[in-house]
Amino acid sequence: MSTKTYGLMAEFNSPAEVLHAAEKVRAAGYRRWDVFTPFPIHGIDQVMGYGNSLVGWVSLAMGAGAFASVVGLIWFTNAFDYPLMVGGKPLFSVPMTFVPAYIMLIMGGALGALIGMLGINQLPRLHHPLLGKKRFENASRDKFIIVIGANDLKFSATETRQLLATIGGANIETVEETD
Amino acid sequence: MADSVNIEELKRLAPPAELRRAPVVEGNQGLGWLTDKLSAFAEGKTPLWWWILFLPAAFAATVIFPVCLFYQVFTGVGVWGNNHPVMWGLDIVNFIWWVGVAHAGTLISALLFLTKQHWRTTIGRMAEAMTVFSVMMAGLYPAIHVGRAWFDWYMFPVPNSNGNWPQFKSPLMWDVFAVNTYLVVSTLFWFMGMIPDFAVLRDRATTRIRKTIFSFLAMGWTGSAWQWHNYEKAYVVLSGLCTLLVFTVSSIVGLDFCTAQIAGWHATIFPLYFVIGAVFCGFGMVLVILIPLRKWCGLENVITKSHIDKVAKLTLVSGLIIDYIYLMEFFIAWYSGDSYERWVFGHRLFGHTYWILGWALIVINVGVTQLLWLKKVRSNLALLFVIGLLINCGMWCERFVIVVGSLYQEFLPANWGKYMPTMWDIGLYIGTLGAFFMLYLLFVKFLPMIAISEVKGVMPEADPHHPLGGAKKGDRS
Repeated sequence: MSTKTYGLMAEFNSPAEVLHAAEKVRAAGYRRWDVFTPFPIHGIDQVMGYGNSLVGWVSLAMGAGAFASVVGLIWFTNAFDYPLMVGGKPLFSVPMTFVPAYIMLIMGGALGALIGMLGINQLPRLHHPLLGKKRFENASRDKFIIVIGANDLKFSATETRQLLATIGGANIETVEETD
Repeated sequence: MADSVNIEELKRLAPPAELRRAPVVEGNQGLGWLTDKLSAFAEGKTPLWWWILFLPAAFAATVIFPVCLFYQVFTGVGVWGNNHPVMWGLDIVNFIWWVGVAHAGTLISALLFLTKQHWRTTIGRMAEAMTVFSVMMAGLYPAIHVGRAWFDWYMFPVPNSNGNWPQFKSPLMWDVFAVNTYLVVSTLFWFMGMIPDFAVLRDRATTRIRKTIFSFLAMGWTGSAWQWHNYEKAYVVLSGLCTLLVFTVSSIVGLDFCTAQIAGWHATIFPLYFVIGAVFCGFGMVLVILIPLRKWCGLENVITKSHIDKVAKLTLVSGLIIDYIYLMEFFIAWYSGDSYERWVFGHRLFGHTYWILGWALIVINVGVTQLLWLKKVRSNLALLFVIGLLINCGMWCERFVIVVGSLYQEFLPANWGKYMPTMWDIGLYIGTLGAFFMLYLLFVKFLPMIAISEVKGVMPEADPHHPLGGAKKGDRS
């Protein structure tokens, strides 16, 4: 087992500080970095340059898929495979399928939202190099942490450390990962 | 660091006290303090009151509940009081009641999220837990009311040796979908909301076993901007879907009734009636749960009197809608000119045996609810607790009156009968109450009962454009 550098981590004390620091990291041309916060910070999405999250589309796809499947299922079961005449109504009509299909749209959409969120965030994972750092525990409490990855093309142990220091980062530490 | 000049300026510019919004957390001393405070109960020593409540609830849940459940399943529905003509008895009454209790939780957590009510962050999680556990209790009743519970799988579109399928044109079938979806979606919503808070408890864990359990539950959550970005989207989507559910599940339960030809059930108002009744009953339960727990768990600064006041106002609003619906129901029964309808509605208040429940629901749901107009009542927590309990009783009476009151005197007088619940009916209800409170107490003790990251996220310290969030002069860009 050998260890290698995962990145450099620096602490900030307030959302405004970390927001401005993040702007500067981005301006410095880094690509592989992230901001770790106890709660979502207003405006960080623009700084990080994120567009619309894909989660909504995953949810829509699964919801629409569920809706269509249930309409198909009802046609297959009540009109095709075992035609069931109830109260002289047509064997199949779109309105009669609406309620169960709509309910399953909600089920599919909800599952899609959770699965999409976990999938796009690459969760669940049992370990993350950052979770081994004692100081990182404050990222779920009251500290705001910027980590610049060693896999960034611009990463250099000295210059990146210097950048983090000049933008106001405290307790700059190297994060290691084991192969 | 916060600039002191800036804070002074902000105080000067702030509107007068009476125009300011009540703070979400009173006496807030920063994010670290808040984290300690919100996770304290799950991490601290189990207090005595918890055991005093837990042991009887656990007894009801693990002894009374299975005994009543299995005796009924092994013997048959005949052990209950259900018999011709009242085939829907306490089982369906309790089913609707439990579904109702669930609704306020979803309304608080989803609809108030979409309308950006910051105060909801403090009570949302507890309301969601209430939803999840009460839907579990609700779902049980129809499953055993079918009589042969081992054939429940016939309700799902699973191929079977007879080659037949469920009948999808029936609202009873839609109910199967609705209740199951409600259980799954509210559990997902509840669980997803807890992921960042599991991470908080993981990071704070001092023992190895806590660390391991919460690491698994948090699933490797780190709180990166990317994760929050997708998480927030998923949360909005789930909230939207849950809001749809609030209006769907009880509507479908209402359709079970209004598609039947029974006088007293056959009314187009039923879906809306059941939704509002459910929300009203659920707010009653929220009051019953929140008022003692905020005190006993030391959360009076977080679940403030102002929040309780807002819940009470929502209770009043839903109560007023339900009162209007009662009025319309009686009016339409009279206006329809239908003698059967008139008979049923007349007998709700002036019949025999069940008239007392009819009046109880009028006194509570129409009368007692009006007390909530008064600010004095809304700030008297003991009184609010009692009102919450009464509303739950009132709504239970309402469901009894609707279900049994419409069935026991049907179209042919020769078919008239009586319904009295047996000890097995009542035992099962006590059992579900026990199971609900047992699960709830376990939740309060072991899981993050307040949405830690959500509450922190609406604090001024979390706003990068607020001096407490570190904004300096001239930052406003």
